[in-house]
Amino acid sequence: MGGDNLAYMSEGAEGLRSIPALLQRNATRFGTRPAYREKEFGIWQSWSWSEAETEIEAFALGLLNLGVEKGDHVAVIGRNRPTLYWSMVAAQMCGAVPVPLYQDAAAEEMEYALQHCGARFVIAADQEQVDKVIDIQDDLHQFEHMIYVDPRGMRKYDHRRLHEYSHIQNQGRAAYDEFIGELTARRESLGYDDTCVMLYTSGTTGKPKGVVLSNRNIIETAKNSAEFDKLGPGEEVLAYLPMAWVGDFIFSIGQAYWTGFCVNCPESAETMMTDLREIAPSYYFAPPRVFETQLTQIMIRMEDAGALKRKMFHHFMAHAREVGPKILDGKPVGLLDRLKYALGSGLVYGPLKNTLGFSNVRVGYTAGEAIGPEIFDFYRALGINLKQLYGQTEASVFITQQPDNEVRPDTVGVPSPGVEIRIAENGEVFYRSPGVFVEYYKNADSTADTKDPEGWVATGDAGFFEEGTGHLRIIDRAKDVGKMADGALFAPKYVENKLKFFPNILEAVVFGAGKDRCTAFINIDLTAVGNWAERNNIAYASYQELAGHPQVLETIRGHVEEVNASVAEDEMLSGCQIHRFLVLHKELDADDGELTRTRKVRRKIIAEKFHDLVTALYDGSDSIYTETEVTYEDGRKGKIRATLAIMDAKTVPAAPPAMAAE
Amino acid sequence: MMDGTEQTHWTNDERQAAVKDSEGYVTADGRQIGGVLMELRNITLRFGGVVAIKDISFDIREGEIRAIIGPNGAGKSSMLNIISGFYTPSEGELWYKGAKRPPMKPYEVARMGVARTFQNIALFEGMSVLDNVMTGRLTHMNAGIASQALWWGKARDEEIANREVVEKVIDFLEIQSIRKTPVGRLPYGLKKRVELARALAAEPSILLLDEPMAGMNVEEKEDMSRFILDVNDEFGTTICLIEHDMGVVMDLSDRVVVMDYGKKIGDGPPDEVRANQDVIDAYLGVAH
Repeated sequence: MGGDNLAYMSEGAEGLRSIPALLQRNATRFGTRPAYREKEFGIWQSWSWSEAETEIEAFALGLLNLGVEKGDHVAVIGRNRPTLYWSMVAAQMCGAVPVPLYQDAAAEEMEYALQHCGARFVIAADQEQVDKVIDIQDDLHQFEHMIYVDPRGMRKYDHRRLHEYSHIQNQGRAAYDEFIGELTARRESLGYDDTCVMLYTSGTTGKPKGVVLSNRNIIETAKNSAEFDKLGPGEEVLAYLPMAWVGDFIFSIGQAYWTGFCVNCPESAETMMTDLREIAPSYYFAPPRVFETQLTQIMIRMEDAGALKRKMFHHFMAHAREVGPKILDGKPVGLLDRLKYALGSGLVYGPLKNTLGFSNVRVGYTAGEAIGPEIFDFYRALGINLKQLYGQTEASVFITQQPDNEVRPDTVGVPSPGVEIRIAENGEVFYRSPGVFVEYYKNADSTADTKDPEGWVATGDAGFFEEGTGHLRIIDRAKDVGKMADGALFAPKYVENKLKFFPNILEAVVFGAGKDRCTAFINIDLTAVGNWAERNNIAYASYQELAGHPQVLETIRGHVEEVNASVAEDEMLSGCQIHRFLVLHKELDADDGELTRTRKVRRKIIAEKFHDLVTALYDGSDSIYTETEVTYEDGRKGKIRATLAIMDAKTVPAAPPAMAAE
Repeated sequence: MMDGTEQTHWTNDERQAAVKDSEGYVTADGRQIGGVLMELRNITLRFGGVVAIKDISFDIREGEIRAIIGPNGAGKSSMLNIISGFYTPSEGELWYKGAKRPPMKPYEVARMGVARTFQNIALFEGMSVLDNVMTGRLTHMNAGIASQALWWGKARDEEIANREVVEKVIDFLEIQSIRKTPVGRLPYGLKKRVELARALAAEPSILLLDEPMAGMNVEEKEDMSRFILDVNDEFGTTICLIEHDMGVVMDLSDRVVVMDYGKKIGDGPPDEVRANQDVIDAYLGVAH
């Protein structure tokens, strides 16, 4: 009986109260199955679960040797690499809290997080990251040691507080007898309510907040979501999204450790598309922007393809759009249509999916922003089970997700298993789940503002449940939804998304709260518009020049007017039509603080920074001269000057519903 | 030196003297430079009646970054071509690793551990980056035709070993994403980097770079400078480079030879060369 009981304990969630405990189980249960792969020197190198355990343990012993204490914060900075994932688990083994940071953040941005969490240890991927931390180390009074993975270029550095990853591992192996007792004790004392990870959310306003997630949050969420999509140990994922983002932590650590599937790391950021094709993941996540970019590229390449190929592509894609989603959802489709789809699979869909690396995708997700219906339908037509989910760092990702066969572009699905949802009077969405975060680190006020004593968390998004299907629809950020001067509802994101569905438009910012009419800033998509310019023999030297080209402005005006017509059909939001707009002279950029690191628009900052342009949109002038400060990738600053044309767009008078129906 | 304490800061004269006397010297940033790897003694090169190089002597020491600078037509590339064995000097001797080097074919010189890049990129445009870099390993391959054709036995083992070296170079120069791209499709800056990769793949003891920064923008120059320093630092490769961009030369190199009209007009650490009146005249121009 005792033996049975024990077996049960190690099988069920009961005995598995931390990531290191899951690692131990996987090493026993999956032993030689691959846990990690990384492409290096042109070859996929792999580590089995038991090899991964050995590596992680050696590094954890090394960390103990270096003096890592329980509750210490260990920052991890770098691109997705097995060694950095191991670092996080090793830190957990020692009872410390891993804090992954965005690798593309500038030194000053890192300084805030490192100071706020009081990190004693930093694990950095390479010289670039080490240099950033060295730049700011004088202001980090708790910082003690830094460990780097890639020794390249590091020989001449002062190594008193700097250590190579493999040395730490070797020291750990050498000190095995001395520290293994302590390590085992610490590993076994890890409880369900101990902190698993701390993630900094950039937020669209204010300073970043450190979201504390417990082992319970991560493991329960991983378990529920893995069951929802029937994820098994045979899945393959490609870890390419920032390690500091909660999604990567859930997919590449939470779910991977819970179900025991393999995490594949690309060779470098630039080789990601090639690596994706080689790995052909079965479970894949990408933000809408990635799908948009890929679709734009496919379309551009098809424009350049031979006439036969182009014809074949368009012919079969038209058929796929009609019947593909139905076949995917198991709905009845006629035999002839099925045969034609099968032929299309052989000639077009199959090769296309293979080129994209989507041949084996069984479950694909997108989230973070709204995705254009055409884009969404394109991938589903190819037979890729692409779904949407709605999540937040504070929820350990999952709030709602779309079940198989109930997929639509305009909803975000039903509540995930274990999640309760409530809609407040003002339309704001609240949720409560096992994944709800513990607190914002050292920020009790914000914690109290976001999470009430009963555990309900405000999402900050306004939405409603659709009658009949029970799917949640998100309209906009609750605080962005406002009123125009005449009292009409103003939902900027709703309009911006419609604009962004045009391949030529990369980003849009709509203004209008408290005003009598709406106006917009628009960013063109350089890939799409650049290709169009090339085909039409339009010469341009820079983004700025292309953005200001009269023909481009005319094209964008066309798009805006189309959007106005579509917005006018919505009774509630018909006031949000765009009367005037301009095409910005620079791309909105996270380095300039205009977007968050996850590329969400920071409205307030943009409105302040470009206040002269906003004024010009409302005062009736035809053009405006402006100077903008920009920050280059290495932190240097420069100025760009431009005279922007302000365009008027036709609006459609709000139609009464009866008229629209005709 | 007089009071017996260890000398930490050397003047340029003292450093020059130390170079002559000892088996090496320590650079300003603390690197230990070894003994003489290559020495050129009284080199003269004539093309018919034209004297391209007149009686020039200098040495290249193990582990150093040695630059040859000078105005257009000063004879810099000819000098590099002599070192790489492309030209045979009309007069003078070339000593390499302590032995006098007889007149040699360029491929023989390459086999002795001298690799180079070219001012005008000389890559196989139709071949992939990987294949181009693999050609840098040719001097390390000696399997027979039959084995090569069947890709069996020695040829296969050799290729695997060579591929490993090549992959390390590709990783080092961060060109993984273009590994399989035909060179002809690459922009200029990347082609230059592929050329460097090919030269590095030969695992040379002396790496000759003929204007590695020519035609590059500031960012590409910065990248290339970093790679040159990293190569020297990581592999300890001795580097001899020709360059026009004075800023780059002064930042990168340990010692500089200055040429003008085929004559040597200066030789020493960058600071000393910069202060040399002949050098200033050569660059600013005086009546000849």
